[in-house]
Amino acid sequence: MSVIEKSQFEWVGANATEAEKISRPNTSYWRDAMHRLSKNKPAMVCLFVIIFIALLSIFVPVLSPYTISEQHLTHSDQSMFFTDPIDGHMHIFGTDSLGRDIFTRTWSGGRVSLFIAFSAVFINFIIGVIYGGISGYLGGSVDNIMMRIIEIINGIPYLIIVVLLMMVIPPGAMTMVIAYAAVGWTGMARLVRGQIMSLKQQDYVIAAKVMGAKPARIIGKHLLPNTLSIVIVDLTLAIPSAIFTEAFLSYIGLGVPVPMASWGILANDGSRVFQMYPSQLIIPAICISLTMLSFNLLGDGLRDALDPKLRR
Amino acid sequence: MFKYIVKRIAYALLTLLVLTALTFFMMRLLPGDPFIGEKAIPETTLKALNAKYGLNQPIYVQLWMYMKNVLQGDLGLSIHYNRPVNDIIAQAFPYSFDLGMRALVFATVMGILLGIVAAVKRGTKWDTITMLIAIIGVSVPGFIIGAILQYFLGLKLFQATGIRFFPITGWNSFASKLLPSFALSFGSLATISRLMRTSMLDVLGQDYIKTAKSKGLSQKKIIWKHAVRNAIMPIITVLGPIAAAVLTGAFVVENIFSIPGMGKFFVLSIQTQDYTMISGTTLFYGAFLVIANLIVDIAYGFIDPRVKIADAKE
Repeated sequence: MSVIEKSQFEWVGANATEAEKISRPNTSYWRDAMHRLSKNKPAMVCLFVIIFIALLSIFVPVLSPYTISEQHLTHSDQSMFFTDPIDGHMHIFGTDSLGRDIFTRTWSGGRVSLFIAFSAVFINFIIGVIYGGISGYLGGSVDNIMMRIIEIINGIPYLIIVVLLMMVIPPGAMTMVIAYAAVGWTGMARLVRGQIMSLKQQDYVIAAKVMGAKPARIIGKHLLPNTLSIVIVDLTLAIPSAIFTEAFLSYIGLGVPVPMASWGILANDGSRVFQMYPSQLIIPAICISLTMLSFNLLGDGLRDALDPKLRR
Repeated sequence: MFKYIVKRIAYALLTLLVLTALTFFMMRLLPGDPFIGEKAIPETTLKALNAKYGLNQPIYVQLWMYMKNVLQGDLGLSIHYNRPVNDIIAQAFPYSFDLGMRALVFATVMGILLGIVAAVKRGTKWDTITMLIAIIGVSVPGFIIGAILQYFLGLKLFQATGIRFFPITGWNSFASKLLPSFALSFGSLATISRLMRTSMLDVLGQDYIKTAKSKGLSQKKIIWKHAVRNAIMPIITVLGPIAAAVLTGAFVVENIFSIPGMGKFFVLSIQTQDYTMISGTTLFYGAFLVIANLIVDIAYGFIDPRVKIADAKE
């Protein structure tokens, strides 16, 4: 074993400019997170799938030669890629028992299902953040009462409340949103409250308080932005649950009214003729599952990207 | 501990009270009328019917009567079937309970096992397979899984082999119970295996596992004696919500497989606007789940001493 002599080393001296130099470009938290997300292949694939489904849902109903309620009784229950002998248009996904074009109905249903999911989750977000924010920031007996209310709402299975609400309010896409949002916000409120409770003990919040910041500023400027990452992940994971609820309600006969289509309604219609024309159930089933899967995986990806410590 | 139990019971009672009042008012707000049928009913008959079901009384009297009856365990008379709701529940619930328990037990046992395997063999193909099952399970609704199972295992397998391995519908032989139970359990199985994996990984990283390893304990002993016992805690807390998911999921699974359980009655009562039947079923489900949650909470208090300490501090 060779001995390392002191003379082998040379003192190069302290270089003040070199030491202070930032050798890497600085990034913000969000840019860093986006960079990590873009490295996550499954999450990126899912993001593209979601964008693809959303684009189809937006444009197909507009561009399609058929409408959702147009019936072609001469060629009902046709298989996929059936070409209409009269006008030469192709029914890409075939036709249903009333001869309606399933391709148009599927993407128009996508519109309804995605609209319900996004609006419901958006309302959950608003109510949850405000409720959780107030409860967490004020603490004490206010917090206690507000949390007890949530506990009681959570004690009742949410699907039962949704079913009850759906029966009272006249049917429609907005009704679904209201019914889901009426019980769906509690999870978000709990999450925000927990975050705010731990954040308000942090030194920088106390510093802001000492400098005379008003509660509104502390909540808006310091507390909420720091809960955002967890909230975004939760929102992404709440969308599949909203899509599921829509499908479930449509399936038990509490869906949007005819002739409107939604993925749940299509699955319900398809399941009646499943043994003879399986494609009529499989198409909406794939749409529902693929969308839920994509949002779930994207949510996981976002969680890893936004909080690397939680990564497993 | 005593305080903890009392508190839990008080919450459960309050929840039930709110649920009862909620169901009652919802039912009264419903558009439509239970006596609307194909034939117009004469004025006098309508009056007599309203009087018979107490629908002519002021609303608070009705609520009071309703609460009193519910407390005595009487859920009223189904308007559609003209039979006591209690009778219908007593007849249909055993099927639902049977189905639900099979699904719940299967989901819990399989979910825990898969979670353990995935955590212990982290990063291997076992882990990938388990997580794949988990992600599919939370992304595919039960009614789709049910229909797919029915089509491939019930219909196609029969057409291909000529032997009926799995009957498509019904609830009588053991074979006929396999598909619905599996379809119902899949979502919960996925949730549990995912949670178990996370929890297991958490425990395996703890210092006491290192201590156990350095003592020279076998891998088997470390996993079963030290890791699993601690990792199983979070599973117990989700059993309440999982039971709720299984019971409501049974609505559609029972419909798909034509099982004469509560789900069928519930869906049918929605379509016929059978007030008392809907409120009775809802209340029954609600109470069942509130009690299930209560048992889970109390059991958790006994199993995990930390709950008691947290409670004492409060």
